[in-house]
Parts: sequence; C-alpha cells; structure tokens
Amino acid sequence: MVLLVLGMIALVMTNRAGPVFKAMGFDFLTTTRWSPADALYGALPFLWGTLYTSLIAIAIALPVSLGVAMFVTQVAPMKWRRPLIYVLDLLAVIPSVVFGLWGILVLGPHLGRSFLTAGIILAIMITPIITSLSREVIETTPKGEKEAALALGATHWEMIWGAVWPHSKGGVVGAVMLGLGRAMGETIAAALVIGSALGQITVNIMAPGNSMPAVIANEWGEADALHKSALIALAVVLFVITIAVNLVATSIVRRSMARNRGKSS
Amino acid sequence: MKTWIALAATLALTSCGGKKDPAGGAGGDSVTLNGSGSTFQKAFQETAIEEFAKSNGSIKINYGGGGSGKGRQDLSDLVVDFAGSDSPFKEGDMAKIKGGDILYFPVLLGAVTLSYHIDGVDKLQLSPEVTAKIFQREITKWNDPAIAADNPGATLPDASIVVVHRADGSGTTDIFTKFLDGGSNGAWKLKSGSTVEWPADTQAGQGNGGVAQLVKATSGAIGYVDLSDAKASGLKYASVKNAGGKYVEPTAASVSAAGEGIDVKDNLTFSAVNAKGDAAYPVTGQTWVIVYAKPTDKKKAAALKTYLKFLLTDGQKFTSELDFAPLPKALADKAVAQLDKIST
Repeated sequence: MVLLVLGMIALVMTNRAGPVFKAMGFDFLTTTRWSPADALYGALPFLWGTLYTSLIAIAIALPVSLGVAMFVTQVAPMKWRRPLIYVLDLLAVIPSVVFGLWGILVLGPHLGRSFLTAGIILAIMITPIITSLSREVIETTPKGEKEAALALGATHWEMIWGAVWPHSKGGVVGAVMLGLGRAMGETIAAALVIGSALGQITVNIMAPGNSMPAVIANEWGEADALHKSALIALAVVLFVITIAVNLVATSIVRRSMARNRGKSS
Repeated sequence: MKTWIALAATLALTSCGGKKDPAGGAGGDSVTLNGSGSTFQKAFQETAIEEFAKSNGSIKINYGGGGSGKGRQDLSDLVVDFAGSDSPFKEGDMAKIKGGDILYFPVLLGAVTLSYHIDGVDKLQLSPEVTAKIFQREITKWNDPAIAADNPGATLPDASIVVVHRADGSGTTDIFTKFLDGGSNGAWKLKSGSTVEWPADTQAGQGNGGVAQLVKATSGAIGYVDLSDAKASGLKYASVKNAGGKYVEPTAASVSAAGEGIDVKDNLTFSAVNAKGDAAYPVTGQTWVIVYAKPTDKKKAAALKTYLKFLLTDGQKFTSELDFAPLPKALADKAVAQLDKIST
C-alpha cells in the first residue's frame, strides 16, 4: 500500500517535471545557473545548500542529543530520570517550526543569513527528536551487559563506552538519519534564514545560500510553465535523496543489529 | 483546502442554478464569487469587497492571494471565477485555459519605490542606468561618480551599498526588472521576470514587508518595495528619472500620469513601466482582474459584471487611500465598455 502510494507520487511528480528534464537533461543536476528569464535551470547550488545545511545541523545536533540522552539514561540521579524523560518526550512532539521560529527571532538577528544560521536553526529543530529516539534505543541495553561491565571493574564511563554505546550505535544512527530527513525537507525556516542567494557553492559557512525546499516555497506562487516544472523537478530530487538516506539508515541499523546478535550468541 | 472549498461552493451553486426558479428558497438568491491571485491588488480587493457588500448583500465575494501565477493557474483550471494578475497570460499557457475566451480588466496602477537607507541623506535621485548598475553590483559605493552625476550638489557618504531584493518570486520583481530592462539603454543584463539571477553578494527579504524591514535595518541599503509598504515602514524613497528625462517622485498623481502615457492593446493589456510623459513615474505596475467571457453559470456572470462595474467606477476612489493610483479616465471607460462582452 505504502509502496503503491510512493510509486504514484514518484510517477506523477516525474511526469510533471518532465519538461525541464527534457530541456536541461543532466545539466539540471550539474550546472549552477538558475535563471528563469533565460530558461536555464541548474539546481546544483540548491542541492549543495540542502546537503551542507543538513550536515551542519547534524554536526551540531548529534553531540548534543547523544550527550543529553546518555546523561538522562545513565548519569542522572534515579529520581530525576522519569521527569527528565517526560520533558524530553514532550519536546519531541512540539512541531519543529516552533523551535525554528524561536531560532529565527532570537538567533537570526545576531547571526545574519547564511548556511550557518540555517544549520543552527535546523539543528534546534531536529535535536529533540534525535534525543528522544536515541534515549529509547539506549534504554534497551540489557541490564546484564551493563552490570557485567561494572563487575569486571569498569568505571561508569568505561561501562557506557564498552556496553551501552556498542549496543545502541545502530539505533542512534537511525535516529540521526531520521533527523537528517527532517532537516533536508525543512522549508520555511530555511527559507527565512538561508539568505536566498543564487549560485553559491562554497564551504564558507558564513555565506548566504539556498536550499531546494526553500526555492520551491519561494518561487512557486509566481512560477509559470517551465519554471514550475523545474520546481517540481527539485521536489523529485529531494524525494529521491530522502528515500536514499532512509534506505542507507535502514541498512546500517540492520547490519549493526545483526552484529549485536552475533556477539551475544 | 481552499481549492476544495471553492470546488464545493462551485458544485453547490451549479446544482442550484440548474433548477428553474427555486420556489422562494432564500438560499437561491445569493451568489458566491471566488477569486485568487495577485497579492499586489489584495488590499484593494479586500476594501472593495467590504464596501461592495454594503449595497449588494446577495453577492458574496472571496479573494485569496497566492500570487499572480497561482491566480492564472486557478482560473485556467476553473477553480475560481476570477483571477487577479499583474501580468497577462504567457503565450505558452494560453492553450491550457479550460473555460474558453478570457477578458482582461485593468483595476489599478501602483508604484514600486526605490527605498534606501543612507544616514544623513534625505533626497536621492536615480536614473535607470545607475539603478541597473547598483543592482548588478557594478556600483558599490554611495559616493560613486555615477550616482553623484544624478544628484548635483548633494553630498553622498563613502559608504558601501547593500542591495536588497525579493527572496520569493514576485510581480514586484517583474515590474522592477521590466523597468530596468526597458529603460536602462542596455545597462541591465539580468533580463526581467518574477525571479531573476541576482548577484550572490546581495540580500533577500520575504515579501514587500521583508525587503522593507531589511532596508530599514541596514545602513547603506537600497531595495525595491511597493509604495504602501515603503510608507508603512517609514522608508525614504528616490525620485526616478523617467523616459522624458525628468526625476519624478512616486505619488498617486505621477502613477496615474504613467497610465496616460501608455499604449493599450485591444484586449486592454499593456505595460505601465517607462511610460511617456514628463509627469509619469517610470516604475509603475498594473494589475488586472481576468475573467471568462462566457461563464457557464449565468447567475455568476451577472454577479461578476456587477462587481467589476463597481471596481471600475465607485471602487476606484479606494485606490489612493491604499497608496495605489486610480486608472486614468480613458482607460477606465474602455474597461467599463468591455463589460458588455461578458455573456449573461
């Protein structure tokens, strides 16, 4: 059923993106000029912007999320754990746009518009979900393994490194990939702070840029024929990338689970 | 969501219209017209709808924004009864119009200002050539000799220019770039359209309000903002050199003057930028209401006619208070005459 729906979405979108793929061919993915007036649509800078801001977001969100998750499950005093977990789960269900808006209003004015600002705001938006998922995975570490580590004379830190981390690595990667998927698709928050600059492919995090969802949201209202088709084509590319990311995540999780099983047997 | 409501409304109405003279049913007398499109004319539509309702209780009108492109698309797909649009249909999109012949009714003219923020400068004059070079980042300092030549006697600071443009695709960008494309004697290289290829070292704001906010917050900034948003944000704006070589400030009078110096085609489409006449403000845009010549629902056709008549006559007086300009008399008369082409 899900596959059928996905297939239909892919079919309709690819069909409607057809004109621009026909006009631009592979240049759509490899050239850098996006000029509706010249009927030139090169999406590489937006592809770069999407991936780069998402990577910045993960680089910031991962250590924070993992640290908080480990702290809550392994380090915090017992009587604090339940309320902390409750608060964390609550944060995870708040729509990400709420955090994004906070970031835009509080951080935006100090940071200007750049890849970094977009990355930080995306990080704020995905941290709660990564934390919440990681926490659940970490908690599934069998008590026996943790106690065995401690019994062998490991310190608390060594126990976390030796017993908890290997067990939960796969799940954490899954959580990060889920966060990555969210970050790549984030639209309005990115559109507001990324700077909407064209043709920017640079590792300079302070430079303004643009991302695929932001371009779609910004240009849809006034787009005509081929321009609209180009925006749908951006959506197709985004669709393919997110599915690819999810497939990679699933395979990583599956492999690490298999390894865990292998160890314990 | 909006589309579904519009569809439901359309279905409900067509089923009503099918019956001959509903026997005294109170619901049978009222008609709902739905429109979408241009955000440029949205404030005008909202005021006009409110005033129109006072004397025409049985006609209910909804106008959703969404951009000119969306309006034209919705009209093509028969989702709305009328579209607001700042530009005519493109040749390539004409074939996709599902409901037959269309009619253009111009409803108002409006100015796009060149708003600036230079500390200590309260008066600025710009020619299209210099504006083009500023927005292409070829002129990057306010004390550049080219800007000084437009402003004899003024002292301009040695400050960097920050260019602000729209992040979203916009009819305002279309008007501004058409002005540069047509008026700058070839200095403008980026062509015209709702989105153009801005240099990377420029700033972008969301909507007219977003650009206005950036200009206000950034010393040395210049951006193009519609007159009402520029006024609402308290921005200073430049006098712009027109086709007659005069520097003209954007006002209701200079914008209406632009409407007099243009060539109007038989289908009432035209472009008001770079209009002839010494009093005309050159960065002037226009906006139309587009309808089908033969709406299938006769009751709606009659209601549309009544509403359009109101927009073109009594409704015109609301344009100035909203910082737009009314249509010049001759053009308004032509539009009123065209109402007869709507078959009811």
